[in-house]
Amino acid sequence: MADTKSSVFNVKDLNLWYGDNQALYDINMDIKENDVTAIIGPSGCGKSTYVKTLNRMVETVPVVKTSGEIEYRGKNIFDKNYLVEDLRTKVGMVFQKPNPFPKSIYENIVYGPKIHGIKDKKTLDQIVEKSLKGAALWDEVKDRLHENAYGLSGGQQQRVCIARCLAIEPDVILMDEPTSALDPISTLKVEELIQELKKDYSIVIVTHNMQQAARISDKTAFFLSGELVEYTDTNTLFSTPSDKRTEDYITGRFG
Amino acid sequence: MALINKDTVSNKMSGRILKNKIAKVIFFIATIIGLLFLGALAYRILTQGLGSLDMDFLTGFTSQSPDRAGIKAGVIGSLWLMSVTAPVTLIIGVATAIYLEEYAKRGRFTRFIQINLQNLAGVPSIVFGLLGLTIFVYIFKTGEIVLAGGLTLGLLVLPVIVVAAQESIRSVPNELREASYGMGATKWQTVRRIVLPAAIPGILTGGILALSRAIGETAPLLLVGAATAIFTLPSGIFDPYTAMPIQIYSWTKAPQPEFEYVASAGIIVLLVILLLLNSIAVFIRNKFSKRL
Repeated sequence: MADTKSSVFNVKDLNLWYGDNQALYDINMDIKENDVTAIIGPSGCGKSTYVKTLNRMVETVPVVKTSGEIEYRGKNIFDKNYLVEDLRTKVGMVFQKPNPFPKSIYENIVYGPKIHGIKDKKTLDQIVEKSLKGAALWDEVKDRLHENAYGLSGGQQQRVCIARCLAIEPDVILMDEPTSALDPISTLKVEELIQELKKDYSIVIVTHNMQQAARISDKTAFFLSGELVEYTDTNTLFSTPSDKRTEDYITGRFG
Repeated sequence: MALINKDTVSNKMSGRILKNKIAKVIFFIATIIGLLFLGALAYRILTQGLGSLDMDFLTGFTSQSPDRAGIKAGVIGSLWLMSVTAPVTLIIGVATAIYLEEYAKRGRFTRFIQINLQNLAGVPSIVFGLLGLTIFVYIFKTGEIVLAGGLTLGLLVLPVIVVAAQESIRSVPNELREASYGMGATKWQTVRRIVLPAAIPGILTGGILALSRAIGETAPLLLVGAATAIFTLPSGIFDPYTAMPIQIYSWTKAPQPEFEYVASAGIIVLLVILLLLNSIAVFIRNKFSKRL
């Protein structure tokens, strides 16, 4: 069933080093359209590094080297001619810690459209409403769009960041532990939101929380010490893992 | 079994507290010494200078006779100098800082520049005077004009401004840059829309503090030929000039003892202008920080 969907990312033999330390080993992974793909694993297993490689955000660390290929919609993103700005326009990202800009809610949302050259005030207004509705935040903030985003609660700030990401209408949304800094109620809201968003977007989410992966994802990948141990349907992975290490991890025997 | 002997602890208690009190007294005395000298300086200058400080002093040119000497040419000259120094150093300094912090790859080359910047910031001002004399006055044959003086002062404060701007760019949280790059922004868009607005209060504070150092400098201006006695105001950056500290310096060397009072009055004017500049710096910083 899942195999009839087309691939968004096709990762082939990906290796990654921070200086002399290898962080990812021979990753091969096919990420499908409109799936929620969860990446789980213990701290330091490379899952954050991996998801940041998908939009080449990892390159902000100067000593990073990679080998192998990541094809996004059929094109290798490590190709010399591939514009990283173009990739990140299509592959949006939500970070671990809410990181709104120190500007108004409105200015946060229109930042992306503005840098891509959209100036028309009416269009921008529509984008703000659509994105905030998309992030299930519109009703809470519609009367204070021009107040500073720093005045919002942590959960609201994270949804501003999600709305900001939606505003550039990406194809894929990468989420790096988006709920780890949030309380349970905000977490629930973000999880519900992800269920809504998967109708229109492909989502890759890194999570520390196995229950969360089980609740929201279609496919789950288990990383351990920089290796992809197992990658399959979420139900299969949690009910009948094929690798002993996966089983140990999901049953809480380590990690 | 307890590893800590409770008796030892209580015996040591009063000693530790006494040492803390002694430390406090030492630090207090150190502060007072600084304040005493500052107070003495202010007292001496005010008592000597206030008598000569009147409207005529502010609006008159310098003169052979102490009771007719004024500082107008110095004030206007200093303002002209700043009109050259400020834009040149702020633009070049901030651009350099942006390059080093945001664009340049970390490596031997940037580390080399970095070390030299910090060393340059500590080079005595007279050395910059010699540099200005050689480059502007001799090689470019500018003559002894505002432009040469302003650029020389610019060389002097440029490293300070670069370092201050770098610090303040570096203090912008990386998460904000990541958020911007994550939406496909270019480096320049990120710098212009995110990094600079957040860094500008720090840049301006550092910049204005550096400029107030420049406005009080005497030695480099003596070398690049600021006039000591001048009876016309510069009407542009290609005119001869004098500056407040030069004027004060020449009065202290004048033969008549009464010029000492004139010099003190000049110092009061210089200090007032410095304080004004610093309060502008604080004002700008507060205004910009509120917007964040």
